[in-house]
Amino acid sequence: MTSALAPAPSKLAAERKKSSERGRRLGSRGGNIAAGIAAWAIGILFVFPVFFMVLTSLHSEVNASTNPPSFFAPLTLDGYREFFGASSGASPWPPLINSATASIISTILVILLAIPAAYALSVKPIKKWTDAMFFFLSTKMLPAVAGLLPLYIIARYLGLLDNINYLLILYTAMNLPIAVWMMRSFLADIPVELFEAAAIDGAGLIRTLRSIIVPIISPGIAATALICFIFAWNELLLANTLTSVIAGTAPVFLTSFVTSQGLFLAKVCAAATIVSLPVIIAGFAAQDKLVQGLSLGAVK
Amino acid sequence: MATTTATPLDTKAEAKAAKKKEPKPSFNERWLDKKGWIRRFPLLPALVFTIILTQIPFVATIIISFMNWEAQNPTEIAFGTLDNYVQVFTDPALRSSVFFTIVLTVTVVLVSLALGLGISLLLNRKFFGRGAVRTMMITPFLIVPVAAALLWKHAIYNPVYGLLNGLLTLVGAEAQPDWITEFPRLAIEVQLIWYWTPFMTLILLAGLQSRPGDILEAANVDGASAWQTFRFITMPHMRRYLELGGLLGSIYVIQTFDTVFVMTAGSLGTANLPFTVYETLYSAQNYGLASAQGVVVVIFSIAIATFLLRTVSTLFEES
Amino acid sequence: MRWNRKVAAAAGLSAVLVATTACAGAGGAGGGGGGEGGGDNSINVLMVNNPQMLALQKHAGEFTKESGITVNFTVKPENEMRNQAAQEFANQSGQFDVATLSNFEIPFYSKNNWLWSMDDIQAYKDDKEFNQADIFPAMTESLKGPDGKLYGEPFYGESSFLMYRKDVADKAGVTIKDKPTWDEVAAAAAKLDGAESGMKGICLRGLPGWGEVFAPLTTVVNTFGGTWFEKDWTAKVNAPEFKEATTFYTDLVKAHGEAGAAQAGFAECLTATTQSKVAMWYDATSAAGSLEAPDSPVRGKMAYAQAPVKLTDASGWLYTWAWAIEKKSQKQDNAWKFISWASSQKYEELVGAQDGWATVPAGKRISTYENPEYKKEAGAFGEATLKAIAEADPVNPGVQPRPTIGIQFVDIPEFTDLGTKVSQDISAVIAGKKTVDEALNNGQKLAEAVGEKYKGQ
Repeated sequence: MTSALAPAPSKLAAERKKSSERGRRLGSRGGNIAAGIAAWAIGILFVFPVFFMVLTSLHSEVNASTNPPSFFAPLTLDGYREFFGASSGASPWPPLINSATASIISTILVILLAIPAAYALSVKPIKKWTDAMFFFLSTKMLPAVAGLLPLYIIARYLGLLDNINYLLILYTAMNLPIAVWMMRSFLADIPVELFEAAAIDGAGLIRTLRSIIVPIISPGIAATALICFIFAWNELLLANTLTSVIAGTAPVFLTSFVTSQGLFLAKVCAAATIVSLPVIIAGFAAQDKLVQGLSLGAVK
Repeated sequence: MATTTATPLDTKAEAKAAKKKEPKPSFNERWLDKKGWIRRFPLLPALVFTIILTQIPFVATIIISFMNWEAQNPTEIAFGTLDNYVQVFTDPALRSSVFFTIVLTVTVVLVSLALGLGISLLLNRKFFGRGAVRTMMITPFLIVPVAAALLWKHAIYNPVYGLLNGLLTLVGAEAQPDWITEFPRLAIEVQLIWYWTPFMTLILLAGLQSRPGDILEAANVDGASAWQTFRFITMPHMRRYLELGGLLGSIYVIQTFDTVFVMTAGSLGTANLPFTVYETLYSAQNYGLASAQGVVVVIFSIAIATFLLRTVSTLFEES
Repeated sequence: MRWNRKVAAAAGLSAVLVATTACAGAGGAGGGGGGEGGGDNSINVLMVNNPQMLALQKHAGEFTKESGITVNFTVKPENEMRNQAAQEFANQSGQFDVATLSNFEIPFYSKNNWLWSMDDIQAYKDDKEFNQADIFPAMTESLKGPDGKLYGEPFYGESSFLMYRKDVADKAGVTIKDKPTWDEVAAAAAKLDGAESGMKGICLRGLPGWGEVFAPLTTVVNTFGGTWFEKDWTAKVNAPEFKEATTFYTDLVKAHGEAGAAQAGFAECLTATTQSKVAMWYDATSAAGSLEAPDSPVRGKMAYAQAPVKLTDASGWLYTWAWAIEKKSQKQDNAWKFISWASSQKYEELVGAQDGWATVPAGKRISTYENPEYKKEAGAFGEATLKAIAEADPVNPGVQPRPTIGIQFVDIPEFTDLGTKVSQDISAVIAGKKTVDEALNNGQKLAEAVGEKYKGQ
C-alpha cells in the first residue's frame, strides 16, 4: 500500500500555521523593523525594472530614451497607440488572440486529461503508480529543442504548420505532467472515507468524479489551470518555429522588437507590458498556489 | 491513499516484504486482469497523449542524429553515419556552449537560491506591508520571458539610453559601460537571477513556514540563540527545499532559450546548448548535426533530472 | 535504479509507436501543406523588417484595392527572417507564397528546385506593364539560376558607400574625398570622434551574422587584397591580407566606433546615425533613403562618398532584396501580381508622393534615376548610389579570381554557417574578448572544411 506518501493535510496545515506564528514571536521587535526595512528595499529593487517598464511605456519616445532617465516626464499613451499599430498598420490583436486561444484551450484539455489520470494515481491507485508519475515528470525534462525538428516535419506532412490547434495540442502535452502532479497532490488530500461512502452508494467513476472530487478540489483545479495558462502563454521556442503568418503568438510577435528601430523604447515597453499583463493577473490571482504549482505539488 | 495513519517506514517494509512473498503473476494474469484495466483506464488518455507527443519526436531525433541530412543539399541525404556525433564531440564551439550552459545554470541557480533564502528569511518575519513586499517579490517572475529579456536588453542595458547608464549619469559617474558587450555572460546571468530569485523565494518561504512548531518552541525554551536555531533546526529542515528549488531551477535554466535569443543571439560566448541546437537547425540547416546535439542536450538534462527525481521522491515519501 | 528502467521502457515503447506511425504515414504523406490563411485571394509574404518593407506593409492596402488580393505579411529581423526562409524553402513547407531572398540565395535555391521561375508563370508572361528591361541588367543577371531562367525580382538594390555628416565634418575641418581610402576614413573617424557631445567617429556593423558584420567587413577584406577562397577553393581566412583588413576594421570600430558596436547591425547603425550618435557610417546605399526621409532629424545634413578603398578601384558590394516565389505555392499568378506591383515604377511613384522621394525602394530601375522628381529630392545620394552600383563587380571584386560570384559573400549554401560562425568571433574581437588571430585561425579551419567539399567538384 502506498498510503505512507500521503501527508495528513489538516494536521500539517495546523502545524504550519502555529509554527509561523511562533516563528514571528521568536524574532525581536527591533529585528523585525530592520528586517522590514531590508525586505522593502529588496522588494523595491526587484520590482523596479517592472515599474520602469510600465513608466517608460507611458512616456513619449523622446522622453523614454534620455540619459539620465526622465522619470517625471509627462505621461502619454502614444507608446500603446504605436504598439496597437497606429502608424505601422500591424495589429498585435491576432497574436494576442492566438495566445489566448492556445493558452485557454490547452489549459482546459490539460485539466480534462489530468483529473482522471490523477484519480488513477491516487484515489484508486494502479500498481506502479509511482512509475507512471515519474514517467510524466521525466517528459517535462526533455528539452523542447531536442524535439523541434521532428515536430516541424510531422506538422509539415500533416499540414499543421502555422496552425494554432497544433500548437495548443503541444502545449497540452507540455503542461500535462505538471497538472497530473498537482492534481494528484490535491486528490491525495481528500479523506478516503468520502470515496468509501460514494462506493457504498453505488456511485460509478464519472459520478464520483463529478459529485465528490471536482467540488472539493476546485480551488486546486483553478490553481493548476492558472499555472498551465502561464506556461502556455510564455512559450516561445515552439511557437516561433511552428507558426508563421496566421498562428503566431504574442511572444513571437515580441521577437520583432529584438533589433532596434529608431526611437522605440516606449513602444517596446508598452508591448512588454501588454503581453505580460495576462500572466501578471493570473499570477497575482494564484499567488498562494503559485509555489505549489511550480514545485509540481511537492511543496504546499 | 487509504490509511493516512501508517508511518512511512512501516509501509515501506511491508511493501518490500509483500513483493518478496508474492509469486510473480503470469503475463496473462497481468494483462488480462479486468479489474486492473478498470483502474488503469482513467490514466490512459493522459498517458497515451503524453507518450505520443513527447516520446515520438525524441525517438525521431535519435534516428535523424544518425543521418547525413543538410537541408541545403537535398540530394545527399543518407542514413547510417556517426559523423554527427564525431562532430559534436570535436567541435570547440559546442564545447564552449556546454561549458557556458554549466556555468550559467550553476551561477543562476546558486545565486538565486542564496538570495531566495535570505529574502524568504526576511519575509518570514512580521513587518509592515509584508504582503505587499511578497507581491513585489513575485512580480519579476510574472513577466513573460521574452518581454523580460527585451526590457533588460533595450531599457536597462542599452549603453546610450539604458536605465543603468542613466543612473550612472544621475550620480555623476563618467563611466558609461556597454553592459552586454563588456559583460555578455554576466548580463544574461543577472537577468535570469532577477527572474528566478522570486521562484526560489516562494519555495523556500513555503519551506520555512512548514518548520515543525514544537521543535522551534522547544529550542526557544531551551534558550537556543537565533543562530543556533537557524543552524540546527532551520537548515536541516530546509535542506530538502533547497534541493528541490535548486533542481527544479536547474531543469528550467538549462533549457533557457528566450533570454539568449533576445539579448545576444548567442554572440560573445553566450550560446548555450539549446541556442546552439537552434542555430544548427535554422542557420546551418544541418538537421543531422542538430539532432545529435539535441541528443547530447537530453543526456545532459537526464543527468540532472535523475537527481531531481530522487529528491522529489524523498520529499514525497518524507512529507 | 528506477529511472533507467523507465527510460529504457519509454524508449522501447516509443520505438514501436514510431514504427507503426511511420508505416501509416508513408501512405498519407505528400498531402497537406499549402497556405491556408484567408482563402484563395490572399497570399502570404515573409519579409525582412527594413524600412522599405515596413513602408510596403503600410501601402499594401492600395494593392488589395486594385487587385482584390489580400497580402498577409510576416516581418522579422534579418537574421531571424533568413533562418525562417531557409527552413521554409528547404522543406517546401508551403506557409509562404513569396519571401524576400537575395542574390545570395536565389542561385542555389533555384538549383534545388525550390523556386518558381518567373519564366514559367503565366501572369509574368502576360504582364505588359512590368518592363523587365528597365531593371538594371546586373540585377536581373544576379537573380538567374544556373539554368539561365529568372527566379527573382529586385524590390530594391544597393551597393555600399560612406555616409557622413557634412555639417559636422565642415565644422571640424575634415574633408572627405569622393572616393576616399580607408586610411583617410580612419583618420577622419579619429577627428570626428567627439565632435559633438555623445558623437562617435564611425558606425560599422559588429553584430554577428554573415549578412551583418561580414557584409561590410568582406568588402574591406576585398580591397585589402584578401579573400575567403582562392579560385581553387584554397581557404585564405588567416592569410596576411585578411588579417590586416580585419585588424584594421576591428581596431577602427573599437577606437572610434559606435556604442554597443558588438551588437550593432544595420538597424542599430541607422538609429545611431539618425540620432547623431555617429558622424560617419559605412553601409548599404539604401540606408540613405531613411536618412533623408522627411521625418529624419539628419535630413539634408548628410553627404555621400564612394566605398573606401585600398588596393582595388571600387569596393562597394552588390546586393538586392528580391522577391522569390516558393515552388510549393499554388498561387504563383497572384504572387507575381504582388511582385509586379511592389517592384513597379508605379509603386515608387506612390511612395514618392506619399512618403517622400528619398524613401522609395530604389537601386533597381533605370527609370528611377531619370525621374526628375527623384533627382531633385534624392540628388544627394542618388548619383552616388548609381555610381556605386555601376562600379560594383560581383565576378571580380578583389585582386584575385574567385570560385563563385559575389562581393560580400561566397555564393554557396555553407557560407551562411561559415560566415555566421566566424562573425561570432569577429564580434568577440570587437568586444575585446578575443584576438584577431584567434578568430581568423579558427575561421580558417572552418573554411578549410568547406573548401575540401568543393575542391573535388
